[in-house]
Amino acid sequence: MLRKILISLLILMTAGLAVLTVHAQETNPDFPSDNDVNTIAKQLYCPVCPNTPLDVCETQACKDWRAQIKSQLAAGWTEEEIIDYFVEQYGERVLAEPRRSGFTSLVWLLPVIAALLGVVIVWQILSTWRTAHAEAAVPLTTEQQISQEILAQIENELREID
Amino acid sequence: MLTDVGLLALVLAFVLGVYATLASYYGGRTNQDTWVESARNAAILTFPLLTISVFAVVYALYALDFSLAYVADVSSRAMSPFLRVTALWGGQQGSVLFWAWLMSGFVMVVLLRKWERDRELMPYVIAVAMLTTAFFIGVVVFITNPFTRMWHFPGAAELTMAIFQPAGAMPYIPEDGSGLNPLLRHFGMIGHPPTTYLGFTGFVIPYAFAIAALITGKSSGDEWIRATRRWTLVAWIFLSIGLVLGGRWAYDVLGWGGFWGWDPVENAMLMPWLTGTAFLHSVMMTEKRGMLKKWNMVLIILTYSLALFGTFITRTGVISSVHAFSKTALGPAFFGFIGLTFLGSLSLLFARWDTLKSDHQLESFLSREAAFLLQNMLFLAITFAVFWGTVFPLISELVTGTKITVGPPYFKRVTGPLFAALVLLMGIAPLFAWRKQAVRKLGKAIWVPFAASLVLSGVWGYAHRMHPAVYPALWLVTFVVLAILMEFWKGVRARIRGRGESPWVAFQKLIGRNRRRYGGYIIHLGVVMIALGFIGDAYLKSETQGTLQLGESLQIGEYSLRFDSLDYYPGSDGREVLEATTSLFKNGELVTQLNPRRDYFVVQQQPVTIPGVYSTAAGDVYALLVGWEEIGFQSSTFKIYINPLIGWTWLGGLVMILGTLIAAWSPSRDREGATYTLKPRQASLSYLAGD
Repeated sequence: MLRKILISLLILMTAGLAVLTVHAQETNPDFPSDNDVNTIAKQLYCPVCPNTPLDVCETQACKDWRAQIKSQLAAGWTEEEIIDYFVEQYGERVLAEPRRSGFTSLVWLLPVIAALLGVVIVWQILSTWRTAHAEAAVPLTTEQQISQEILAQIENELREID
Repeated sequence: MLTDVGLLALVLAFVLGVYATLASYYGGRTNQDTWVESARNAAILTFPLLTISVFAVVYALYALDFSLAYVADVSSRAMSPFLRVTALWGGQQGSVLFWAWLMSGFVMVVLLRKWERDRELMPYVIAVAMLTTAFFIGVVVFITNPFTRMWHFPGAAELTMAIFQPAGAMPYIPEDGSGLNPLLRHFGMIGHPPTTYLGFTGFVIPYAFAIAALITGKSSGDEWIRATRRWTLVAWIFLSIGLVLGGRWAYDVLGWGGFWGWDPVENAMLMPWLTGTAFLHSVMMTEKRGMLKKWNMVLIILTYSLALFGTFITRTGVISSVHAFSKTALGPAFFGFIGLTFLGSLSLLFARWDTLKSDHQLESFLSREAAFLLQNMLFLAITFAVFWGTVFPLISELVTGTKITVGPPYFKRVTGPLFAALVLLMGIAPLFAWRKQAVRKLGKAIWVPFAASLVLSGVWGYAHRMHPAVYPALWLVTFVVLAILMEFWKGVRARIRGRGESPWVAFQKLIGRNRRRYGGYIIHLGVVMIALGFIGDAYLKSETQGTLQLGESLQIGEYSLRFDSLDYYPGSDGREVLEATTSLFKNGELVTQLNPRRDYFVVQQQPVTIPGVYSTAAGDVYALLVGWEEIGFQSSTFKIYINPLIGWTWLGGLVMILGTLIAAWSPSRDREGATYTLKPRQASLSYLAGD
């Protein structure tokens, strides 16, 4: 029983929201304008031409698709509904921005991982270089002494030759 | 007749290219100078031979010899003689020949100049450079030959393509050609391919020297870097010009109100530029500190492979569809060659890994070395993000069978923060000292530009307050510019005080005495200007679209566009022009007349939308004619973009060229070696440590 009430409430709320949005849109006398259409078309790619956003595509097919968006907006469809409709009809390739779920999420994830990994690697390398510097500095004093001993010896031998 | 000579020259060039590769390698291996000498002559001769071949194609394009399939494809009677000549790089066959020709030109110039100085490296420089050149000539000869003719077998439905007359076939010569793709008939597209190709092919010189250094085992020194530094800069600036011209072309011709669309073809050009820029910087670490020797090798191999990859993507169209790959033998041939180049070079590098000992020592995380390393990492991360986004549709199609699009939102979101970090680094890294930077000194050096930039960008950002991100973006740009200008000011001031020079003389001498450094700063200023264009594109752009009756106006911001008339007339080059006359008003006052057009190319059945643009220092008003009433021309649909800051992009390109000229200009021969080398502090004693 409780479930039924909840569901009906939910339906009522959604319906109410839909009415509200439609109402809000209807207050603008020009709705749907070309700009409203372009806002949505911008997020879509032409389903048939290579790499062309729908809002700038010039083919007749794209003009028809834009007209379709316009009539859908006029019929009260929301932005998400229209985009979902296009994905369902023509596949995921119409989305300008790849989805963040499933296999496609890899396109977003990998560069982030790569950049983080890059930072870690740079940090590691710098640390090793700093250690190398510190280590190189320590034995230097003893090496210098040895070299002075050798120098003294050489000077002695040179004197003997003279 | 001339085409036969061209074909003959092409085949000869291929034979000589293969011979030069083999002979120089053999001569180098067996220490026989006569073989190397002979290979060098063969390599030099390749260029004049290819020049004959290129001339034959250009002449056929100009004289409209439609018996050649290539001419029939890209040239036509309606095209102006100038356009016919540029059709050399308007299609696949011509552009691959053009590529090979430019590369052989680079090789020839290097061989004529550098012969005595790097005698040991030379055999392998010739071998590596000529291997690539021979590959490209081979592709032209066997796969995509511009001298191919069309033949018709009696009764056959389709034409046969062959160089020589097949038995029983009649030559087919069409009345007219289909002509150059209308989109390519623009000054940007006329200058863009040659400059881009010069950039791509130019990288063969540092690459060949690097591989030669690896083969001879002379890679521990940095002779190969010194010998090729200027070549790298030349290749890099041509690639940069190519990128800017490509952007300008897109802006003027493609009609979507922007200059960079993150299209696969654009990305293919950007990637070698990114790694090439990283390489230009990392070689400084080797020259000054003897560091990053292996890394330089990795970067030049990557840059060169990506340049080949760029040609592969643009010429095969593999990214837009997997099926384009095997349409001709070009795809597999290229793919194989890139794989060979990349893997072969890397395995050679690993075989020589131990010879590339560097002196890696560092005193502080806050040092020029650390900044360089971070900068290299950022360039590589951006390259990876661009590469991944470019090839991902292909991977997705292969793995899941779903075609997807990776559009500008991905590239902007992923590379945006990384580019911002790079720009910031560009401002502060030049202030860092080698080895160790004292925090207090750094604070002293940057507080003036920092404070000034906060104030300036606050005011500037307020003028553009459309998006909150405008403030940090403009701050970044202002800060970097001020930090760079501060460097100039400090240098000039020191000269004025120390030597009593006048400010102008001090400024000139400052740059003249230290061309690399100050040329580099000027290039950085150019980069910041281009960044401004991108900031405008990302945050400040606005657009509107509307259908107007004659006399009506469309409002956007402080501008309004009035539709005055629409006219139709036949234009040149076989196009029908539909041109709108509109008046642009700013706050009610007439500023200018704009004529957005729609050119329809009848033969190709292709429309081209040409914008009407009003440019000011603050930004462009960019109007497009996107629709019209067919009968009576009483109403038209216009789209208007306001593109703030976009003019900076083109100016930035010019400033980059200026900076490169200063940095690459050789003052005089004897001073060439006079750049200082900073050895590790204990270098003179370090040999004892190992004893």
